[in-house]
Amino acid sequence: MKVRYFAWMKRTVGVAEEEVAPPADVTTVGELVVWLRQKSGGHAEALAEGAAFGAAIDKRTATFDAQLAGAHEVAFFPPFTGG
Amino acid sequence: MAVRVQEADFDVGAELERLTTGNKRIGGLAVFVGLVREMHVREGYHRDRVDALTLEHYPGMTEQALEAIEAEAKQRWPLEATLIVHRHGRMEAGDRIVLVAVGSPHREAAFEACEFLVDWLKTKAPFWKLEETPAGEKWVGAHADDDQAAARWEKK
Repeated sequence: MKVRYFAWMKRTVGVAEEEVAPPADVTTVGELVVWLRQKSGGHAEALAEGAAFGAAIDKRTATFDAQLAGAHEVAFFPPFTGG
Repeated sequence: MAVRVQEADFDVGAELERLTTGNKRIGGLAVFVGLVREMHVREGYHRDRVDALTLEHYPGMTEQALEAIEAEAKQRWPLEATLIVHRHGRMEAGDRIVLVAVGSPHREAAFEACEFLVDWLKTKAPFWKLEETPAGEKWVGAHADDDQAAARWEKK
């Protein structure tokens, strides 16, 4: 699946998007976060426990307990600041 | 009913003309135009001068989020016309960022729905502001008062 990062998270991780293949026991957004943290120091910092960020599955806002089954694109982003 | 996300500026007069032409049931049109502010004056945050900002968004999700907010407004108020135009990319102080226009037979619905749309798009549509200040670039943090403004429209 594709993982995308936005705003400061993109800078911290170092890439805007990446293809990942998490193991089968990674079934929720929250488990994906934990798994992604070990990819690099930037991942660990951007996705740190307690950091304020949200997620979307296939462009719809998702909670951390949402199931990843069938997801093509998972995005992580800081709180929105538009308008 | 329309939502647009674009890099280009918009012409407020032309947009409103297009929105209302041919619809004689509109008795009131409430309009909000958001601009890039030169100074940050919110106490407790930072006071650096903001010369310009770049608005990043999540193409695809942004349009869906704005359409969902627009649909919610239509459910809550009797609306004849709505328009949300939100820009992305680099903008300088004084530039227009966002246009929200709401037409209804009655002014109360137009005012309320317009305020609702602005409050919710700030907290529910995936946009992020990167400010350029004399001290360098700075990602804008979410403001608690924006969350509170959005929360007052949540149904209990």
